Amino acid sequence: MIIGEQKRLDEIAGMLEGQRRILVAGCRSCVAICLAGGEKEVAVLAESLRLLSSLRGKGWEVEEATVERQCEKEWVAELRPRIEGKDCVLSLACGVGAQTVQAMYPKVRALPGLNTSNMGAPEEAGIFVEKCGGCGDCVLHLTGGICPIARCAKSLLNGPCGGSQGGKCEVSPDTPCAWEEICRSLESLGRLDLLEEPIPPKNWLSARDGGPRRIVNKEAVLSEEQKRLKGGKA
Amino acid sequence: MSARSNLERVLLEGRFAVTAEIGPPKSASAESVRKHAREMRGSADAFNLTDNQTAMSRMSSIACAAVLIQEGLEPVVQMTCRDRNRIAMQSDILGASALGVRNVLCISGDHQTFGNMKEAKNVYDVDSVQELMILRKMRDEGKLWSGDGLEVAPELFLGAAANPFADPFEYRVTRLAKKVRAGADFVQTQSIYDMDRFERWMALVRAKGLHERVHIIAGVMPLRSPKVALYMKNKVAGMIVPDAIIERLRSAKDPKEEGIQLCVEQIQHLRGIEGVRGVHIMAMAWEEKVPEIVRRAGLRR
Repeated sequence: MIIGEQKRLDEIAGMLEGQRRILVAGCRSCVAICLAGGEKEVAVLAESLRLLSSLRGKGWEVEEATVERQCEKEWVAELRPRIEGKDCVLSLACGVGAQTVQAMYPKVRALPGLNTSNMGAPEEAGIFVEKCGGCGDCVLHLTGGICPIARCAKSLLNGPCGGSQGGKCEVSPDTPCAWEEICRSLESLGRLDLLEEPIPPKNWLSARDGGPRRIVNKEAVLSEEQKRLKGGKA
Repeated sequence: MSARSNLERVLLEGRFAVTAEIGPPKSASAESVRKHAREMRGSADAFNLTDNQTAMSRMSSIACAAVLIQEGLEPVVQMTCRDRNRIAMQSDILGASALGVRNVLCISGDHQTFGNMKEAKNVYDVDSVQELMILRKMRDEGKLWSGDGLEVAPELFLGAAANPFADPFEYRVTRLAKKVRAGADFVQTQSIYDMDRFERWMALVRAKGLHERVHIIAGVMPLRSPKVALYMKNKVAGMIVPDAIIERLRSAKDPKEEGIQLCVEQIQHLRGIEGVRGVHIMAMAWEEKVPEIVRRAGLRR
């Protein structure tokens, strides 16, 4: 899932300067699970903004709405009656959701209320950890099911580096060394042989370095005829 | 095999090698490099130029190496993977070779959060093992990693780092073997203070026969005070400094002299370990002491 965290209230207030009619828009998917942009967080933020507005005379009119998935046009279409007439949408979805809103409502500003951080998982209550680097060329079969791209501070494919001590990464005592974990995992899998062979330089073309990525699933792509028929039904 | 550098020649002839480190200046003038060169001339077989060590911008290691060559000394250029991708890396190697650089030490580099520009983006297009693979291909096949041929291939004596004090201990030698497979001709280790652990590491190295396949140069760093020792212990990544050493410096009448003496003793000890082919002296901001250390350790050059 996508992990994010809300921006600070003063930063959000700064973005809303000069706006009047505001819709705080949440998402019930990933950002709800990481407690950053679901229905509850939308309600709390909207209330904080109303309070701030009345204290400082900002004149904000704040409404709330939360959709199932803000990254999908079908769900964001439901927001049309709520967005019309607003000056801005403060999106508490990830950056994908905020962009979907902006693309569908080009005359209303979509403002990011959340910093999108990473692709990760809940580790324990309230703790969310990055897991996948989204490099487009998965190496988990070589690294004991642990992603060195995301979880090693240097994205080393032939770790651990000389900064690994006591199972921790050199960048922070709170960060586990991914390569220590890879060694332990390969140990328990009986595949320590995988540590012997140098992994050659990676092809980053499938990662963000190759430019923005677009995946086409040919079987799912509609023909012009099918698009027309679908459009007709709708 | 003919030697590509003075350092390689010394090692091939079976002489105990000495390398020493020179920290490039935070300056647009290379005067300090020339000063160190004059002070240390004759006390080591080659001199390492660190590459923006601890992730702080300093004069480029290649530029410093060129200055060193002008002064008649042999450089070891350190090249990290933190600040350059494979395109810049290969370009820098061609340029360094044209300037006369033969020894290159391939390292991943301290993470940028150690430095004074923590907000910088790092590169890590390749890691140190892959850097060795790329440089070896340039040297042995006369080709860039892309496969494009080079008109003139660089003559390189390729180095790697090894840290016996990092974890997981039992896989440090596995990684050294990987570096040897990837092309390392020589290895310089992290500063050694925990001699017992180093000896255990060397036993594992010998058990794999690696001491016959790569020249192992043991790293030492003279400590000028108990404060520096504590700093090394607590703040430097992948370093072990036993309390006995800190205590020895603390109770010494002259901690600086004690630090030099300790370093001399360490070198003499290391020289007796099977498979250790030389020492690498890292006298950071204390370069002028290198000739004395070398002399007192009985390593006449």
